[in-house]
Amino acid sequence: MAASYLSKSNKIIINNIKLSKFYMFRSLNHTSSVTDSVFSRRLIHSTTPPPLLNHAGIETGTFYRGFESVSGGRRSHTATSFSEEIDQLPVEAPLQQELNFPGGKVKFTPKRMFTPGSNEERTNCYRVLNENGELIVDNDSFKMSKELAVRMYTDMVTLQVMDTIFYEAQRQGRISFYLTTIGEEAINIASAAALKNIDFVFPQYREPGVLLWRGFTLQEFANQLFGNKYDQGKGRQMPIHYGSKKLNYITVSSTVATQIPQAVGAAYSMKMEKKDSCAITYFGDGGSSTGDFHAGLNFAAVMEAPVIFFCRNNGWAISTPISDQLRGDGVVVRGKAYGIPSIRVDGNDALAIYSAVYEARKMAIEKQTPVLIEALTYRAGHHSTSDDSTKYRPADEIEWWRDDQSPVKRFKKWIESNGWWSDQVEMEHRSSIRKQLSQAIQAAERVEKPPVADMFNDVYDVPPKNLNEQQDLLTKHIKKHAQEYPSNVAV
Amino acid sequence: MWGILRQKVGDTGLSPQGLGNQMLRLRPATSAVRDYSAATKEMTVRDALNSALDEEMAADPNVYVMGEEVGEYQGAYKITKGLLDKFGPERVVDTPITEAGFAGIGVGSAYHGLRPVIEFMTFNFSMQAIDHVINSAAKSNYMSAGQINVPIVFRGPNGPAAGVGAQHSQCYGAWYGSVPGLKVLVPYSSEDARGLLKAAIRDPDPVVFLENELLYGESFPVSAEALDSSFTLPIGKAKIEREGKDVTITAFSKMVGYALKAAEILEKEGINAEVINLRSIRPLDRATINASVRKTNRLVTVEEGFPQHGIGAEICASVVEDSFGYLDAPVERIAGADVPTPYAANLERMAFPQIEDIVRAVKRACYRSV
Repeated sequence: MAASYLSKSNKIIINNIKLSKFYMFRSLNHTSSVTDSVFSRRLIHSTTPPPLLNHAGIETGTFYRGFESVSGGRRSHTATSFSEEIDQLPVEAPLQQELNFPGGKVKFTPKRMFTPGSNEERTNCYRVLNENGELIVDNDSFKMSKELAVRMYTDMVTLQVMDTIFYEAQRQGRISFYLTTIGEEAINIASAAALKNIDFVFPQYREPGVLLWRGFTLQEFANQLFGNKYDQGKGRQMPIHYGSKKLNYITVSSTVATQIPQAVGAAYSMKMEKKDSCAITYFGDGGSSTGDFHAGLNFAAVMEAPVIFFCRNNGWAISTPISDQLRGDGVVVRGKAYGIPSIRVDGNDALAIYSAVYEARKMAIEKQTPVLIEALTYRAGHHSTSDDSTKYRPADEIEWWRDDQSPVKRFKKWIESNGWWSDQVEMEHRSSIRKQLSQAIQAAERVEKPPVADMFNDVYDVPPKNLNEQQDLLTKHIKKHAQEYPSNVAV
Repeated sequence: MWGILRQKVGDTGLSPQGLGNQMLRLRPATSAVRDYSAATKEMTVRDALNSALDEEMAADPNVYVMGEEVGEYQGAYKITKGLLDKFGPERVVDTPITEAGFAGIGVGSAYHGLRPVIEFMTFNFSMQAIDHVINSAAKSNYMSAGQINVPIVFRGPNGPAAGVGAQHSQCYGAWYGSVPGLKVLVPYSSEDARGLLKAAIRDPDPVVFLENELLYGESFPVSAEALDSSFTLPIGKAKIEREGKDVTITAFSKMVGYALKAAEILEKEGINAEVINLRSIRPLDRATINASVRKTNRLVTVEEGFPQHGIGAEICASVVEDSFGYLDAPVERIAGADVPTPYAANLERMAFPQIEDIVRAVKRACYRSV
C-alpha cells in the first residue's frame, strides 16, 4: 500500500517538473504567437537574451523592457535566467517552494489565511508640530528659515481672509458662486511652498492657495470671480475656476478627478523631455473613488512617471461622510496596491506637509516614481455657497475642527514661539489684506465684462468660417439695436 | 519602396509636386478605375495609415502613439505595425485596459506639449473615455481662454464591421460631430487616410479620426503626390468622387464605395448621380454639398449610423437652410436601422444600408417607380 502511494507521488512530482520544464522551454523559443513575447519580456533578463522574433517569426533584434527602471530593486519581478535553472534541475527535485509566475516569484504557504479587510491599527500619521504649535521631539529635525516660515504664514492668513471676504461677497449677491478652503490653508500653502514654479499643478478646486503662493494677485482672483474683461479666463467659466499658464496651474475643471490621469500624462511628457520637474495633482476623498483615480495611479506606476498624488482627505464629499465613501484605511493604503510609495500626513500641520511634499518631489524626480500623499484634515467650511453643511453634520463638530484644529492658529503659535511674529504684525497684515480685497472687489465690479467677440474665439486654434459668420451677424444685429443691449459691454 | 518611387519621379525631370498635379488632372474621379500610369501605385488603407504615422513620428519627436496592443502586438488591426521597433517603447506606449485612463493621460501630456495619437480599439470603447475627449480635450482651449491647446488625435475603427454584434458596431460620427472644439474626420480611400491623418496630427486642435475596419484591407491607387511625406489634405473639404447632374449622394467612409457602385447601376438606368465623399464631418463642407444640390436639385444622404439625430439629418437641415428653393424633391435619408446591431449575418445585412437601398432611394428622389 505504502509502496504504491510513494511511487504515485513520485510520478506526480516528475510530471509536475516535466510540465514546468516544458513551460519554461516554451517561453524561451519565441516562435509562435506574439503573446509569448509579452510574457517572456517580463521573465528573461537582458543579459544575452534569445533573439526576439516578431509575429512573423523574423528576428527583430532589439529587446524592449520599457524604461529601464531607475531604482533597480523596486520591481517585484526581478528576473533570473531560466537556462541555468533548467540545467540544474535534478529529476527528483524537492517540491516547489516558490514559483516564478508572470509578475515575479511568489512563495507558497499551506496556511489558508485571508488578509483582513482592515488592520487593528490604522497607518500612522506624520506630524511635526503638535496642536500647541510645538515641535515634537524626535522629529526629522529639518530647519526652516524665518523668511520662508513667515512667508508661508502670511499667505495662509491671506487665503483665510480672502475666503471670508469673497464668501461674503457671494452672500451679498455680488458674485454668483464661491468655494472656501477653510481648514485646508496648510495643505494649500505648505505644499505649494515645497514645489518649484516649473512643476505643473493639476488642481481639483480647493487649491487656490497654490496659485496665491506662486503670485496670482488678489485682483486677478477678483477679476475671475466677476468674469470681467481682465479675467484671464475671458469670463468663460464660473467662479473659482482659476487657471494660469504663466504659473503652470492648469485651469480648474469641474469634472471630478479627471485631472488625475491628466497629471500623469504631463509627468510622462516631462519624463520624455528629461526635465527636472514633476507634476502634482490634488483631489479629495471623494475623488479617490473615481475610475480616473484608479487608472491614473496604476498608469503612473507602470510608466514610472514623476507625479505627486495629493489626496486632501477632509472627511466629506459634499454631504457624503468618509464612512459612506470608502471602507479600508483611507486612501494611503491604496498606494501600496499600485506599487506607489505613500505617506499619511497631518493635514493641519504646515511643517509636516512641507516636509512630506519636499521629499516627495525629490523622490519623484530623482527616482522617476509617482508618490501618494494622504493629508488627513477636515473641511471646516461648507462644500460651497450652494451648501449648508449644518444640515448633515453637527455644528459643534464643525466648530471644534475650525477653531481648535485650525492649521493657521497652530502655525502661528510656532512662529510666535520663535520670535518671528507678533499680534501687532498679525493685526496689520489682516487689516491690509482686507483693505486690498475690498478695493479689488470694487475695482473688479466696475470693470466691464469681456467683449462679445470673446464668445467666438478659442473654440479652435483658427476661428472657423461658420463662427466668423455668426459673429458678423451678431455684431451687425447689436449695432442695429444698440439701445436693447447693455452699453457697458463692448462688441 | 518610397525611395525607388521618388527616383522614378526624378527621372522624368519633373518635380514630385509638378508630376503630382499632372496626376491629379489625369486621374479619373472614381477610385473604382485603376490608373496604371508610371507613378501610380496601389496601397491598402492600413498601409496608408501606417505610413502616415511613421512619417509624422519621424518628423516630429513629440508625436507618440498610445493605446491597447499598439506596441508589441503591432496593433489590434496592425495599423501601428513596425512602429515599436522603429521608435521604441517611449513613443509607442502599450497601455493597461482603461480607456478613461489613457485618454486622460494623453490629454494631460498634450497640455504639456506632446502630440499624442490615442488609439481606441474601436470607438465603441471610446464611450468609456468620452468625458476626456469632450470635457478635457475639446473644451479646454475655450475654457482656458486660449491658454491650453490640445493637439491630440483620437483614432480607431468606427461603425459596423462584420458580425461583431451590438456593442462593437455603433457609429459615433453624430455624437462627436456635434461638439464644438473637436474636428471629426472620416477617411474613405488610402489617399484620404494618409492626407487626413497627417493633417490631423499636425493640427493644433483635438481631432477625432473615424476609420473603418473593413476598409483597412482595401486597396486604392495613390498618386505620387500622396506618397510624399509632406502630403496633407485640408480639413473641412469634401471631395466629389464622381460628377453627375441628376442627383447628389453624400456619403462617408465605407458608404462612399457603396454609393459609387450604386451610381454605376443607376447610370445604366439613365440616372447620372454625383457622389460626394464628405471626408470631414466637423467642419462639414456645407459649401460643396450645397453647390452640388443647387446643380442637381435632389439629395440622398447615406450613413451607417442610427437615423435619429444623424449626419443625414444635419446635412438635410443645412441644405434646407441654404438651398431650399433649389430642391425638386424631399431629401432622402438612408441610415442604419433603428435597432442595436444584430449578430446573425442575415439580420446584420438588413440592419445596414446596402447598395440596393441607395439605388431605391435615388429613384424615389427622382420620382421613378422603384
